[in-house]
Amino acid sequence: MSTKKFIYLNRKAPYGTVYALESLEVVLIAAAFEQDVSLAFIDDGVYQIIKGQNTDGIGMKNFSKTYHALGDYDVNKIYVSAESLEERGLSVDDLMPLTYEDEDDDWAEKTSIKIISNVQLTKIMSEQDVCLSF
Amino acid sequence: MLHIVNKSSFERNSLKSCLNTIDDTSIILLIEDGVISAANNVNSYMLADLAADSRVFALQEDIDARGISSKVADNIKLVDYAGFVDLVVEQGTAVSWV
Amino acid sequence: MKISIQINEGPYQHQASDSAYQFTKAAIAKGHEIFRVFFYHDGVDNASRFTVPPQDDRHIVNKWAELGIKNADGSDVELVVCVAAALRRGMLDESEASKNGIDGNNIHPAFRISGLGQLIEAGIQSDRLVVFGD
Repeated sequence: MSTKKFIYLNRKAPYGTVYALESLEVVLIAAAFEQDVSLAFIDDGVYQIIKGQNTDGIGMKNFSKTYHALGDYDVNKIYVSAESLEERGLSVDDLMPLTYEDEDDDWAEKTSIKIISNVQLTKIMSEQDVCLSF
Repeated sequence: MLHIVNKSSFERNSLKSCLNTIDDTSIILLIEDGVISAANNVNSYMLADLAADSRVFALQEDIDARGISSKVADNIKLVDYAGFVDLVVEQGTAVSWV
Repeated sequence: MKISIQINEGPYQHQASDSAYQFTKAAIAKGHEIFRVFFYHDGVDNASRFTVPPQDDRHIVNKWAELGIKNADGSDVELVVCVAAALRRGMLDESEASKNGIDGNNIHPAFRISGLGQLIEAGIQSDRLVVFGD
């Protein structure tokens, strides 16, 4: 099967709507297809991977821990918009430390998160074959 | 690359986010409530330069449905669904700003 | 050209399914092949055979169903409903109903339930994938 570049465009906060959860479910299934996968978190999508989510009081499943599994699925290109973070008073320190083990570098643990400018995001978007929006 | 925007710029930030992310060859297609951004209004400046460059399209059927066909801003090109299909075919990867 | 469609919203509440239908019809009329229409999130509700709109309104489910039996080159348009999203929302075909001990099913026979892999496969196999959502 041919390899294509897939990007998952995540622009909505979790819990208020189901898009974030069901987007994550697609990404986890997609990993089995061995495509080139990137995730982009922009606008309120950045809240999907923020630290310290606690859903006890709303009776919904806290699925934020699942993002930690992405590295094990070889999903390690997680792009986060610098502008979206800044607009919301957030920084990289507010995000969950999502990592992967680099098999080409003696399984060293590395961060999957790349904070990118709009210019970088534009370039990454322009390289994609398929964009799935949630 | 084809960027499809389906919400009014008065309701959502999708047009703004899209504009942050397009390169020199991208084009924008306004559909559904996105066509509100094709009408002359205080947000028209957002698209004026791109439209002058012939890179902004709006779906005629959605414009007509919303009764704004006489209000379409300068240089915005109108396409029907067949034209929408052509844009998808010609412009490569389609990005929907849902 | 081979085109696939992803629909994220249910019928009537959002225009997404109508837009996708008009787009799909226009694409077929132009001789393109619709490889698959994938219904995700609330989009799964487009497959309910219990849908009864007022007589003067369009019947979105039947419109999709009719498209399913007459595609460009005679091949069927694949109308695929995501199983995980469908079960969550009470959309069941006969097999899922019996598997889950529920005495009824509501998926229109023109649609079929399948996994998320079908969405990824559509992205891989098609020249274009277009998302319609909220």
